[in-house]
Amino acid sequence: MHMADALISAATGGAMWAASAGVASYSVRRVQTEIDENEKKIPLMGVMGAFVFASQMINFTIPGTGSSGHIGGGLLLAVLLGPHAGFLTLISILAIQALFFADGGLLALGCNIFNMGFFTCFVAYPLIYKKIIHKGMSKKNILIGSVIASISGLQLGSFAVVLETFFSGRTELPFGTFLMMMQPIHLAIGVIEGLLTSAVITFLWNTRPELLESSNIGKNKNNSNKKVIALLLCTAFVVGGFASWYASSNPDGLEWSIEKTIGSNEVEGSSSIHELFGNIQEKISFLPDYNFQSDQESQTQTKLGTSVSGIVGSILTLLVAVLIGKVSKKYRQLSKGVKE
Amino acid sequence: MNRITKSMYGIRYFDETAQNDTMIHKLNPLVKLLVSFVYILTAVSFGKYEIVSMIPLAIYPAIVFNLGDIKILPVLKSSLLVMPLILFVGISNPMLDRETVVIFENVVVSRGILSYISLIIKCTLSVICGMLLIATTSVDDLAKALGSMHVPKIFIMTFLLTYRYIYVLIEEFSNISTSYFLRAPGQKGIHYKLWGPLLGQLLMRTYDRAQSIYSAMSLRGYRGKYYTVKNILHINDYLYLILWIVFLFMVRFNNVPVMLGNIMTGAF
Repeated sequence: MHMADALISAATGGAMWAASAGVASYSVRRVQTEIDENEKKIPLMGVMGAFVFASQMINFTIPGTGSSGHIGGGLLLAVLLGPHAGFLTLISILAIQALFFADGGLLALGCNIFNMGFFTCFVAYPLIYKKIIHKGMSKKNILIGSVIASISGLQLGSFAVVLETFFSGRTELPFGTFLMMMQPIHLAIGVIEGLLTSAVITFLWNTRPELLESSNIGKNKNNSNKKVIALLLCTAFVVGGFASWYASSNPDGLEWSIEKTIGSNEVEGSSSIHELFGNIQEKISFLPDYNFQSDQESQTQTKLGTSVSGIVGSILTLLVAVLIGKVSKKYRQLSKGVKE
Repeated sequence: MNRITKSMYGIRYFDETAQNDTMIHKLNPLVKLLVSFVYILTAVSFGKYEIVSMIPLAIYPAIVFNLGDIKILPVLKSSLLVMPLILFVGISNPMLDRETVVIFENVVVSRGILSYISLIIKCTLSVICGMLLIATTSVDDLAKALGSMHVPKIFIMTFLLTYRYIYVLIEEFSNISTSYFLRAPGQKGIHYKLWGPLLGQLLMRTYDRAQSIYSAMSLRGYRGKYYTVKNILHINDYLYLILWIVFLFMVRFNNVPVMLGNIMTGAF
């Protein structure tokens, strides 16, 4: 479910970074008070992050099928560390995955944190898992709670992926088709994730119940908590949804659906910044997108001069890039030689 | 166990490369982080059908690869991992966006193919940029950069500890799964009856390890606070930052290849 940099627009990426940073700074404040009471929490968070990271590499056979799955870890972290510390730990994991494994990118990290961390730690865990466990800790409740919470966390997350892709307009994937692809896949993943999480929690509950965060619930000030979460959720949706819709320079997914409904392929109105640069580019651009016309008439009007310039220029730029590479290598070798 | 070993090698490779002593490695981590971020933002912000105007962006990796003395193949290999996702999600572009465009005299392609190629280029450039950042900056340096950006210390510490203990835990997990698969040959994964006990045991060990880490930290003076060293920027760092940002702005708002071509063919 990791989003890649290339799939999101700068506006969507920025908006989701802002939303994730907001939730993270709120979590930091909450965790800070927990650490003041219990300074062991920091090493625990770090090691638990490494635990989830490493356990994602172990495959578990899914009964009745030939395939295997692995743990995602968001819900497990929320259960073991509490939602705030769990969320922060998950950010570390996602950051390491983005940096070392190109799993998601630096710009898409905001989206990934929100999609995988926020929905599990701040929606699925407090509103579903905790509510079910409140009725009484039992094997059955742990199972039901984990499975439903995992499924809903993943469904919300994958829905957010679809929304972010749609608002970014980098692909032609129609909203409905993409949604129909994503949601069922994540339903299956959610069931497996829930079963794995419940297996671990049940084991811990039997052997070392003191480790479970939910066993000492009840002392939190839930009311203020809920208000803040509701506020954050609304802000995030407003910022992430509408702002990027208007700010996005190429809302092509939207264009596509409008095209299908009104039968015209050009939709008026894009952001003013884009227009400004569009004007500049119109004069020099090799492939300006608004000049693309399909009819024969316009094909004959293509300026040969510009195309030749474009090709010559592209080849030249590539050559320059290669040359710069060579020169910098030489420079590096020379400076190495001087040192030795 | 292939996957476990592979990811270990992946992390170790970048860890070792990040220890090199080159011009790029010596730059302030904050500057490298900022340049990488602006680079990715620039690459991503190009229009959907733009290909030619993005070409000058290749200059950045060309310089960093060479000045940073980084081998190209391992980075390219790691960046290929993310390709299937892009290829899969983007395949709808050539399928649905079929309007044709003349690109040169009688050469006609569909808009979808252009946007697909553009997407692949953007993906490659942004992934390589991220990989170059981690190949030239160690995790401790990155933490330092985060510190100077006023990222809360709790987060920085969690990030550093997670990173540090990944090695230790992966090794432990590798041992457990190796011994499991030696006793259960021919299985694809761990049997569902053992899901709880296996992960649970590992989790308990992890807790115990956290406890010993805490004790070790306490013995070395840890009292719930984390101290960072002040991050000072030198003139080289300012120059590096300014030059790249000017370059990226120039590339973003001008079609450099076409300008060059115009000059060369006298079309101006």
